Amino acid sequence: MSATRPGWFGALLVAALTAALLFLTLPIVAIFVDTGPLDLVASLGEEGALEALRLSLLCSAVAIAIIVLVGTPAAYFLATRRFRGRAAVVTLVELPLVLPPAVAGIGLLAALGPNGVLGGWVEGAGIELVLTTAGVVLALTFVAAPFYLRQAQAGFEAVDATWLDASRTLGAGEARTFLRVAIPAAGPGLVAGFALAWGRALGEFGATLMFAGSFRGITQTVPLAIYERFSTDFTGALALSAVLVAISAALLLSVKLLSGSAWLGGAAR
Amino acid sequence: MLHVDVATRLGAFSLDVALEVPAGACLALAGPSGAGKTSVLRVVAGLVHPDRGRVACGEDVWLDTERRIDVAPERRLCGYVFQEYALFGHLRAWQNVAYPLRGLDRGERRRRALDLLDRFGVAHLADARPRTLSGGERQRVAVARALARRPAALLLDEPLSALDARTRAAASRELGAILREAGVPALLVTHDFTEAALLGDEVAVVDGGRIVQRGAAAQLAAEPASTFVADFTGAVVLTGQASEREGGTVVALDGGGTVTALERASGPVAVSVYPWEITLARAGAADPGSARNHVPVEVVSVTAVGNRVRIGLAAPQPLTAELSAAAVEELELAPGTRAVASWKAAATRLLPLTAHQTVSKTSS
Repeated sequence: MSATRPGWFGALLVAALTAALLFLTLPIVAIFVDTGPLDLVASLGEEGALEALRLSLLCSAVAIAIIVLVGTPAAYFLATRRFRGRAAVVTLVELPLVLPPAVAGIGLLAALGPNGVLGGWVEGAGIELVLTTAGVVLALTFVAAPFYLRQAQAGFEAVDATWLDASRTLGAGEARTFLRVAIPAAGPGLVAGFALAWGRALGEFGATLMFAGSFRGITQTVPLAIYERFSTDFTGALALSAVLVAISAALLLSVKLLSGSAWLGGAAR
Repeated sequence: MLHVDVATRLGAFSLDVALEVPAGACLALAGPSGAGKTSVLRVVAGLVHPDRGRVACGEDVWLDTERRIDVAPERRLCGYVFQEYALFGHLRAWQNVAYPLRGLDRGERRRRALDLLDRFGVAHLADARPRTLSGGERQRVAVARALARRPAALLLDEPLSALDARTRAAASRELGAILREAGVPALLVTHDFTEAALLGDEVAVVDGGRIVQRGAAAQLAAEPASTFVADFTGAVVLTGQASEREGGTVVALDGGGTVTALERASGPVAVSVYPWEITLARAGAADPGSARNHVPVEVVSVTAVGNRVRIGLAAPQPLTAELSAAAVEELELAPGTRAVASWKAAATRLLPLTAHQTVSKTSS
């Protein structure tokens, strides 16, 4: 029982939200409606399905580890230091966000491919990237990193600067202050960036296809496997899609739960 | 002994300050906001790097631009109580206090943190998050945290400003005791002269990045070097024991004499009265009228400030009166003159110096 009757504007808001909700959830619901649980299990047993899943999880996990290890200190630097050209650096770091994945793939080829700018150097070092699993990791890292960097930077910027000063006067050096105060205090922002970046890496398609190709067991991640089956085995493609949705949803949910929990909530002043 | 002599540009603003604070003493830096008081603390703590200067605490040189010494903040032993306290929100109260305690196991760190919290009467809040604490409780935790590392100098930035008026006076008395007990040089920043007078053994008035006058609070009020200092010093502060009477409160001043006020209070209080509310009459003159408070005094200084004159008065606790130049001439006031200082009970403000309420947990 609501105390006030909504006016026409309230009704408009409700209608807009309903339309958005229906449109955004319909395809996801449809995937599960079209795929019976039995189909799902059966399709996973198919050749290549589990392989693709394993590759997706492995490559995205390695990529996200690289992103967090390098991105966290980089974002902290951007958030806490003022220097000439900072705005330009921030923009450059965020640029891959707006790149079409195909362009990202071409760019990676032009930079690190056999005839690329650094191609000779990569080859000389005995590293093979193109059409290899390492190439998948590279593509995922390139595409997903800006999502983490952006959120992490915003998270660190929201930390009260006097906390960092206080930590210093209490005997903690810069590194300890970073680990003991800045990271826990920026926790919710870091976790949000982590989830966004991982989600982006799991779904990555275009750049991977262009740079690493689609070879079963080597570079064929779940999105590539879905695409390959799409023309021949629609049910199989649906089943794999359902698995990917389930994993992504679980990721999003666990992050929401984690950011709401007490140890991170403390930082939201 | 804390020794500071620094000069630096900070944006459009320049800071040029030299001061010393002996161990066990507290120097209050008082001045309007934007005067550069906090910058002095930040320079001492090493959070700001001045263009030139020297900061030394005892034998330790923390900064010497000529010798290219600039010790990192974490290696200067400064206990810094920040404005708003800067307690870490992701840590519990005891973890905040234990933060500077390193190289000990968790049990020992917790035991020491609890000891410190206990000293400030807030051991029962050890497991609370800072955001659930009241202003007064946060202040105690912050002071406990600043003392945990046994600092060689204490820096306090507006330690009472986050408190409401009721808790502030009591907290100031408590803080005064802590400062004396710590036995290290303390540098305290405040925009409130009364607070500076209550907490500082000496007061340095800061304006525009410079110390414009330094001395005991009573001396600054009595002999201000400029109209700025005269205006800034505001009320004269006396301390005593209050007891309620019918129709008001009688305060037995520390050192002798009594004062009547209309406000109600009991126990230790700070009595404040503005110099321009005090009238002077020569000793033995006729009854000066309706004023209820009369204190026999001796003139020690006569200082012209603009078109007014500040009269420093010796009494058990020093007083300051502000008169017109004509009145001073008429009364023939000069150092050594014996007189009676009078003011109305209604012009007398009382600040209780003990908390009437026990520390209670409030959420904010």
